[in-house]
Amino acid sequence: MSEIGAIFRAAFELILRWDSNLGEIVTLSLYVTFFAVALACCIGLPLGAAVGVFRFPGRTAATVLLNTLMGLPPVVVGLGVYLMLSASGPLGPLRLLYTPTAMIIAQLVLVTPIIAALARQITEDLNREYADQFTSLGVGPFRKLWAVLWDGRYSLLTVALAGFGRAVAEVGAVMIVGGNINHVTRVMTTSIALETSKGNLNLALALGVVLLAIAMAVNAVAMAVRASAMRAAYV
Amino acid sequence: MYVRALCAALLALILMDAPSVAKERYIIVQSTTSTQNSGLLDHILPLFTKKSGIAVRVVAVGTGQAIKNARRGDGDVLLVHAKAAEEKFVADGFGVKRFDVMYNDFVLVGPPSDPAGVRGMRDAVKALAKIAKTKTPFISRGDDSGTHKAELRLWRKAGVDVAAASGGWYRETGSGMGATLNIGVAMSGYILTDRATWISFGNKRDYKILVAGDPRMFNQYGVILVSAKKHPHVKSAMGRQFIDWLLSAEGQAAIGAYKIGGRQLFFPNAAPRK
Repeated sequence: MSEIGAIFRAAFELILRWDSNLGEIVTLSLYVTFFAVALACCIGLPLGAAVGVFRFPGRTAATVLLNTLMGLPPVVVGLGVYLMLSASGPLGPLRLLYTPTAMIIAQLVLVTPIIAALARQITEDLNREYADQFTSLGVGPFRKLWAVLWDGRYSLLTVALAGFGRAVAEVGAVMIVGGNINHVTRVMTTSIALETSKGNLNLALALGVVLLAIAMAVNAVAMAVRASAMRAAYV
Repeated sequence: MYVRALCAALLALILMDAPSVAKERYIIVQSTTSTQNSGLLDHILPLFTKKSGIAVRVVAVGTGQAIKNARRGDGDVLLVHAKAAEEKFVADGFGVKRFDVMYNDFVLVGPPSDPAGVRGMRDAVKALAKIAKTKTPFISRGDDSGTHKAELRLWRKAGVDVAAASGGWYRETGSGMGATLNIGVAMSGYILTDRATWISFGNKRDYKILVAGDPRMFNQYGVILVSAKKHPHVKSAMGRQFIDWLLSAEGQAAIGAYKIGGRQLFFPNAAPRK
């Protein structure tokens, strides 16, 4: 019990002291994850909505594929991206390995299927609701997509947050493609892994608490934005 | 429209870099967890950077993985500890030349109860044979790292077929040194570790060094410049500058000066150069 108390005290001290090192890794964590999730939304939301709304051959297969890819193991994604970006890989000349960009790419690959799969479900349900109106108004395909994405925006915010949660907590992929280089590609999760391997278990757990606190803050902000937007929409 | 904007965003992502990463002169060093976890690199690298203006980005993985990464060209300098594998790396044309940098030794750590009764033995091979005979849990890296290779050499000398015992008393974690120590300590097993990682390790519980001092537990570190013949993008000049510094009197003194709790972790032993 006293050990748990010590961990929370250590986490508290970490946050209170907030040295430049901690600030650096927190900033990089958020930078990488926000970028990855934003891009994943740009790709995943329209993709998911397209599968959810349009009827085309192989649609069930596409759904199954999207749902399966939600379970992509991060280490496999990390290895795949590593092989692409490695100096001997096809994208080697871009010299992106061991940079934050490489980490964004890995998280993008990891998160896009999650966002697409969840968006598909939400937009499919909405589309069913709107189907008659769409038909009677003769709405074109792109208007349809836009309509379900816009009307589903509050649910889709939760989808984005699910993607954020996955990305910010991920360690296997960013460790491989980022290399956990101090001051360059070290983020919250790789720091936790490093401190664990140094046997500094309390510090590792304290960093975990800090990570959770930051994730909570992001979620709280998102929910507040959503609440005020909903109030504005329904007055 | 949309697709074009997306492509532009992706392109921008590729071209730009994180805000914290300024355009700096740097090399990438593929190294081992022991040099990083022990704090050695955090101690010596700033000295080099201050003098040369070259930042050193360290990717710390097991020796096996570090060598594979370097073979693929994902690094400018290799700083690892598995002499045979390093010499093969050079012989295969991936490295320019190998230099001795420093050494320390491997130690066998175990629980104070010492169920196999190896405490104080000087002969590591006999100690391992005793562990095998009593079938006391032994926790191995199992990850093709320098430490793992050294451990397997000792088992071979002891005439123990650990592959057959794997999953029984012999347990392979497939992880780094720190992770393996965490697991080993929790399982009350014996672990072979490098001394530097052990001294700086924070989760020792009541574990102690039981066997040390066998010359066969010698742990030599070497440094190699990755060959620009295989990988033309290698930053040879800066990499050479780093290696020269590491082997110079100044670099060697910096290595020797690194201590934790008054104990020296690495002993410089580069050959004097003309």
